[in-house]
Amino acid sequence: MNFFFEVLIGGLLSGVMYALVAIGFVLIYKASGVFNFAQGAMVFFAALTCVGFMDKFGMPLWLAIPATVVVMVLLGLCIERVVLRPLVNQPEITLFMATIGLAFFLEGLAQLLWDSQVHQLVLPIEDVPLQSVLDRFNLVVSQFDVTAAAVCGVLVLLLAVLFAKTKVGRALRAVADDHQAALAVGIPLQRIWAILWAVAGVVALVAGLLWGARNGVQFALTFIALKALPVLILGGFTSVPGAIVGGLIIGASEKLAEVYIGPLVGGGIEGWFPYVLALLFLLVRPEGLFGEKIIRRI
Amino acid sequence: MFYREAGQFKTTYEADGQILPIRQDRIALLATLAVAVLVLPFVATPYFLSAILIPFLIFALAALGLNILTGYAGQLSLGTAAFMAVGAFASWNFVYRFPGLPILAAFALGGLCAAMVGIAFGLPSLRIRGFYLAASTLATQFFVVWCLTKIPALTGGSASGVITAQKIVILGYAFDTPQRKYVLVLLIVALMALLAKNLVRSNVGRSWMAVRDMDVAAEVIGIRLMRAKLLAFAVSSFYCGVAGALYAFAYLGTVEPEAYSLDLSFRILFMIIIGGVGSILGSFLGAAFIVLLPVGLNIVAHGLGLPTSVASNLELMVFGALIVFFLIVEPHGLARLWQIGKEKLRLWPFPH
Repeated sequence: MNFFFEVLIGGLLSGVMYALVAIGFVLIYKASGVFNFAQGAMVFFAALTCVGFMDKFGMPLWLAIPATVVVMVLLGLCIERVVLRPLVNQPEITLFMATIGLAFFLEGLAQLLWDSQVHQLVLPIEDVPLQSVLDRFNLVVSQFDVTAAAVCGVLVLLLAVLFAKTKVGRALRAVADDHQAALAVGIPLQRIWAILWAVAGVVALVAGLLWGARNGVQFALTFIALKALPVLILGGFTSVPGAIVGGLIIGASEKLAEVYIGPLVGGGIEGWFPYVLALLFLLVRPEGLFGEKIIRRI
Repeated sequence: MFYREAGQFKTTYEADGQILPIRQDRIALLATLAVAVLVLPFVATPYFLSAILIPFLIFALAALGLNILTGYAGQLSLGTAAFMAVGAFASWNFVYRFPGLPILAAFALGGLCAAMVGIAFGLPSLRIRGFYLAASTLATQFFVVWCLTKIPALTGGSASGVITAQKIVILGYAFDTPQRKYVLVLLIVALMALLAKNLVRSNVGRSWMAVRDMDVAAEVIGIRLMRAKLLAFAVSSFYCGVAGALYAFAYLGTVEPEAYSLDLSFRILFMIIIGGVGSILGSFLGAAFIVLLPVGLNIVAHGLGLPTSVASNLELMVFGALIVFFLIVEPHGLARLWQIGKEKLRLWPFPH
């Protein structure tokens, strides 16, 4: 039983990290209807840039992070200017394919700027079991994972405040609701999109740092985007809470499935189990857990 | 001057409904085919045949399959390589388990197996659409490749997971040199391309296009949505399955799950974006472009003396940038450029 809970908690905590990547997707999809396949590449780009600043230029961590934030914001502005603005009014599928192209470009660029080796990223948080939990419940829970979850929680709170309380947030919600109506009342659509991509870049940086500290900063980071997709399908493309709940469900179920079903069928089912789970769920509820109900008219 | 249909009158319905209504097009196509069959196998070097022309034809066939699904029926799929893998493994198994079976029959049966898998994974398309479907087609990709690595019965119990493909022998004639393989692949691809061209002109193809443009409206005017969508998945997967079998038998010479990675799915998606979504010709143009681009980049990188790692990263960047460029400048791809070119030629040299 103890083992079950350990697997469950470990799964939930890694689910939080999936959710972190998924939130980046949701932000952009919600406000611009662009399904951003490049989010994984942005995570990779952000993490590699941060490590690159530390390794190549000898910056300390506290300096490298703001420097990377600047880079990610600039990147967001560039993407809006170069990729999105010429594609305004194109079908959603075109925009989606453009972000696949963008993903390839960023992967190439990141590795061209900072070589393609595996980099170590040391954050000032140790990956050791929490002693108090170990004593009281006899459960091994990593301190690192808990911190990551806390960071994720803070980030979501910040985003919630940004969306609900600020003027920019109001504009963001207006744009999300109806582009043309927002334009008509004088909201600068392109500036809002630029801000959004910049915010998504910063979220990608947080995700990249946490994942990079756990697994090393390497090309495999881009595959995390593929982990975030079933989270999105499950949670719905337009809901931040959906991304978090979806992340928790996917994280927990995939670890449990790997441990309990995996040995029966030869293991390695982590790769497809979340997808099949999400797919089966979609058959019952096609818009995901918290997605907006799709109403179609002719 | 050269490209003018003035004076080409049609007096029968057959003449009016033919695939290429303009004489110059027919002549050009026949000339291309004649060169491809009668000249290239004897002139081209074995390297050119086996490293460029054969993969080009095979990728074109796979792109054709994806184009049927995405370009004509409007169902975006990221699992193309999985269907190719099913075709390859099924063909291998048919030849392995039924030694007397003709290899072409094995290819066709492999394609049918892929079609069945396609129908199974196409079922969700009845409930979900758009991005949800695109993301869930990734399930096909991961699930199929996992099955092929984990279930020994599918791979004949091979330990390494890499199996040597059987030799292609038809009626006692072995297709073992690059020239012979090329001719075989060319004939299969040409035949299937012709079939596809006719299929998309038929009522089936028109029902697909109606579904693509707006599926609710298509249903209202009496198109059976389930049939149209599943048929699109089946036909598309059949094409991909045959392409996968040819990829293993005529190009790689081995059958292995790693050859059918997500990366291959994306490359085939790029082919139809660059070539032209919803165009048969576009599948070929796109495949040619994507096959030739790395070769060209390699030559350039070699000429500039860049190390391989830089060259491969540059390749990724050029790929990505080109995709975005094409989507911005010409969302209908190379096929549309060709069409514009033809329209310009029609008036040349007097543009008004």
